[in-house]
Amino acid sequence: MTRAGWIRLLVIVAMIGAVELACRLNFIDHRVLIPPSKMATALVAMLASGQLNDDIVRTLGVITIATTLSVVFGFALGLVIHALPRLRAALDPFFATYYAVPVFIFYPVMIAIFGLSLIPIVLMGVATAIVAMIIATLNGLDRIPRVLTKVARVHRMGRLATALQLQLPAAAPHLFTGVKLSVSYAFIAVIAAEFILAPAGLGRAIANAYADFDNRRMYALMLFVLVIATVVNAGLHALDLRWAKRRGTRPS
Amino acid sequence: MRGDVHAQFAGVTRVYPGAGGHTPVHALGPIDVALHKGEFFAVVGPSGCGKSTFLEVLAGLQQPTAGTVTFEGHAVVGEVPDGVGVVFQEDASFPWLTVWDNVAFGLRRRGTAPSEVRRQVDDALAFMGLRNFAKAYPSQLSGGMRQRVCIARTLVLQPRLILLDEPFGALDAQTRLLMGDEVLRLWRTTGATVLLITHALDEAAMLADRVGAMSARPGRFIEIIETGWPRERDSTIVAEPTFGEITGRLWERLRGESLKALGHADLPPAALAAE
Repeated sequence: MTRAGWIRLLVIVAMIGAVELACRLNFIDHRVLIPPSKMATALVAMLASGQLNDDIVRTLGVITIATTLSVVFGFALGLVIHALPRLRAALDPFFATYYAVPVFIFYPVMIAIFGLSLIPIVLMGVATAIVAMIIATLNGLDRIPRVLTKVARVHRMGRLATALQLQLPAAAPHLFTGVKLSVSYAFIAVIAAEFILAPAGLGRAIANAYADFDNRRMYALMLFVLVIATVVNAGLHALDLRWAKRRGTRPS
Repeated sequence: MRGDVHAQFAGVTRVYPGAGGHTPVHALGPIDVALHKGEFFAVVGPSGCGKSTFLEVLAGLQQPTAGTVTFEGHAVVGEVPDGVGVVFQEDASFPWLTVWDNVAFGLRRRGTAPSEVRRQVDDALAFMGLRNFAKAYPSQLSGGMRQRVCIARTLVLQPRLILLDEPFGALDAQTRLLMGDEVLRLWRTTGATVLLITHALDEAAMLADRVGAMSARPGRFIEIIETGWPRERDSTIVAEPTFGEITGRLWERLRGESLKALGHADLPPAALAAE
């Protein structure tokens, strides 16, 4: 691990230690926050009992579906929009302000149309994540060096071969940024949507524990979500770092 | 003694159509010139005079507005002819591939047998002094070495006409001299015809058998100078008096054109001297 990595780890451990101490010494009321060690113990017990399995499978499944749809359709829409400059000019202001609009306000509409099923949650995930992928695709396509088009012609490459063998790899770092953002946004949107839209899932389980004043369960679930989000993002960051190192660029 | 005509421009002009109400830009020509088999021909001229357009028309990357371009007796129309390799000024190496895979790219696209790919790529890397960097990625190399990767990628396809579009433009002066030696060695070994586009008069004077001095836009050849260098030559010729004479003569022809390109054509000589 790098020196910066060790410092990062030390800061996290120190912060957890400080919270643990504050809880144990009753500086923080146990009805507000329980010690991190108790959160971890409760989480291990819950995972061992298997009582979370259905919720985990459901939530991670929905996140995977929402991310996949966002990446696939976001990439496809990005290609189409890039090929149509007038459409792009019309949509650019919309993209620039998209994340200033809380798309969550549309959840009553989603429930009215689709009911309390998986569909509105998936759609919330997609609605939050897809624009990040579209923007990343546009950025990636904009930054393909023009000389590569000439190289393709020198090698007598057709449009498909040029796209697959030169343009796609050239745009890959930006596309991967889109994938990373899509995962994060879909994660946030799905967990949040489950709070209000779902009969089950990790978000619903946290909401139920909160309503029941079951702090042990609530914090254990929150810890689980944090760990999963951190592990997934760290994995993607490590991949990004590896590819960026090869290309001599900085990870996005 | 000159060989057979390898590539020929006959009455070639290139006019870029005016887009969005702008007037059309007459970039090149009319050009009438022949490149002979196995010769090293360089083109120099002021910025924006149409040097790169000249190369791209010959490469088939641009269509002439009028006139014809032929390579080995066949008209160049709309696509890069077989046997033509191009090295661009911009870094055109593929950052996602190793040096070895960069060089193998064209051979693999041609469907060359893997054993043959291996042999030819290894040879090209050895020739360009890149053998120890086969597994490196372009980002791990200097600008000069990345350009050598691009030259190796072109060389491995055994082109009969090599077009170099300011390939050393982004390199420092010393590296450019050394790269010039590499190109001369490549030219001698392959026997290919080489067209070099450059803004550096000394580079053109050192490398070429003939140097075409191009006017400000629209680019036309105002003089084609024979350098008279022997085929066996390297960068040490820059110390010879003839080298100074050639570059001096080129500058004499191009100074006025360069001033025109800068928009100083109407200034009196005294004002020009003061600048």
